[in-house]
Amino acid sequence: MAGNTEPLSPRAKLAVTAGKAAAAVSRAAGRGSGSVIGGKVALRLDPDLLARLARHLDVVLVSATNGKTTTTRLIAEALRASGPVVSNALGANMPAGITSALAGGSDARFGVIEVDEKYLAGVARDVTPKAIALLNLSRDQLDRAAETRMLAEHWREGLAGSKALIIANCDDPLIVWAASSSANVVWVAAGQEWKDDAWSCPSCGGVMQRPGDDWFCGECGFRRPTPSWALSGDHVLDPHGSAWPIRLQLPGRANKANATTSAAVAAAFGVPPQVALERMYSVQAVAGRYDVVSFLQRDLRLLLAKNPAGWLETFSLIDPPPTPVILSVNARGADGTDTSWLWDVDYTRLAGHPIFVIGDRKLDLAVRLEVAGLDFRVCDTVDEAVQSAPPGRIEVIANYTAFQDLRRRVGN
Amino acid sequence: MSDNSLRLVWIYPDLLSTYGDQGNALVVERRARQRGLDVQRLDVRSDQQIPTSGDIYLIGGGEDRPQRLAAERLRRDGGLNRAVSNGAIVFSVCAGYQILGHEFINDLGEREQGLGLLDVVSTRGEGERCVGDVLADIDPQLNLPPLTGFENHQGVTHLGQTARPFARVRFGKGNGVGDGYEGAYNDTVFGTYMHGPVMARNPHIADLLIKLALDVNALPPADDRWYEALRQERIAAATQPA
Repeated sequence: MAGNTEPLSPRAKLAVTAGKAAAAVSRAAGRGSGSVIGGKVALRLDPDLLARLARHLDVVLVSATNGKTTTTRLIAEALRASGPVVSNALGANMPAGITSALAGGSDARFGVIEVDEKYLAGVARDVTPKAIALLNLSRDQLDRAAETRMLAEHWREGLAGSKALIIANCDDPLIVWAASSSANVVWVAAGQEWKDDAWSCPSCGGVMQRPGDDWFCGECGFRRPTPSWALSGDHVLDPHGSAWPIRLQLPGRANKANATTSAAVAAAFGVPPQVALERMYSVQAVAGRYDVVSFLQRDLRLLLAKNPAGWLETFSLIDPPPTPVILSVNARGADGTDTSWLWDVDYTRLAGHPIFVIGDRKLDLAVRLEVAGLDFRVCDTVDEAVQSAPPGRIEVIANYTAFQDLRRRVGN
Repeated sequence: MSDNSLRLVWIYPDLLSTYGDQGNALVVERRARQRGLDVQRLDVRSDQQIPTSGDIYLIGGGEDRPQRLAAERLRRDGGLNRAVSNGAIVFSVCAGYQILGHEFINDLGEREQGLGLLDVVSTRGEGERCVGDVLADIDPQLNLPPLTGFENHQGVTHLGQTARPFARVRFGKGNGVGDGYEGAYNDTVFGTYMHGPVMARNPHIADLLIKLALDVNALPPADDRWYEALRQERIAAATQPA
């Protein structure tokens, strides 16, 4: 499959060149990396470009509500053991951004592509991937996104005829529902702390029973498949029963889960788990996430959490009290403009931490924390919050645009 | 309501807890405790029986199929209707609001029978989905300050003869019929399209439910500083063009 066997048509070449030119203009104008505008221009000139750019690659798609950018990065690092990789590493995960990323990788053997949940079925049709990694599905931006269960249904229909190997999390019933229409599935027990979007059976609507790590529908028999890969504490268990230690610089259970799925993907391309996991150690921060920066003589660890499932995983990785915590929430277009989801997050988990609240929607957070019975302080800026915080490294948890604001201010 | 304990029932979190509406249960519980009440909160899953001895019942919003399943199970259970005939108070949001009416349109596009606790009928709106901040004036009989909330629904709700509009919209869509109404109530059964969650932005509604349960006219004051600050901000946001 590898190698540039089918050169791009003149029209496709022109589209790639025009896209690169548009990206350069966008960069010069200070509008970010330019990858999305470049991809849009290229796709308008040649709508089949994405399919053509992918033709010479072994493509892996990665989709989920949470962890897709990090997992894309981990898989890319692992596959580099076998050959050059092109990837949309910065998280531009809609068709235009994907096109732009692939256009930069004419010498690559592998394409490791993060895909927005809504576009997965379409992109999977266009690029005929070798493998698709499905991590989790949960509520996110409900004021503008499709219902979570409908998304699982949409995936299920879209992936039904796919020849790709599906590498899917058997601990998320919605993922199992989405993946089990496919002929070729590798189940990974990657865990899923958040359970509140899958109490109702995706198949028959019955009430799910969830004893321990298991789950099943009491009515129709839809149940957790037996995994061939598993995350077990700090180890990946492979299908032969061998346990491989996970050593990551990235913190938290969720990233161990991402590493486990990534190891299963890498194995599908012939990269053994120990090689894959060793390579993943080099990943230190992903698009600024998990980065520790120095700001106003203090160390800040920057953590992104966009939805209830993400906040839950983030609470489990922060340093224990009395580590100070800064929370920042916005509700701009890219975040979803409804803040109701804050009430699905169990903030009592922050008891004992000094808490500082910033962001466009700090008052929504203030009411949320007041009702949770927590002590907190509302600040106007991150500077004020950092200067008010007691000693020690500060954990900063922010949602999407709040995270971008933060990175701009603290300069990482 | 017996002695000093308030029984708060949160109905079907497995089906109708998608839009943060469990915040309503948290706010009612918090404000009741701040007034010295002993609160027993009971979360009832849809494979469990609805107790008939609750003082306040809360139902939230959910996706289309879970809404149908919830309606089927609540009709079969019958407990909520019995509780209301015993004088219980019910507060419902969005999908839950539609279920309390006579009928609504389900995920299969069919008319689904509700519980008939509210004299309303819901249909599917033809226009764009109603999404955004809302500001409305609550029925003067209830003596509450203006209603602020976030709406996110396709459904349209028509009030029957006996239902009173819960509020009259100043900014936003509300019931979506074009009559300017938002929500509805029949005696002690309330329905609204407002998320936010609505009690976080309107703690006086939580207090109203507690007063109805206690059968008192007033409650000791609570610290409303953060609620008030949030209300002012959201009311200003609703009145500004998007």
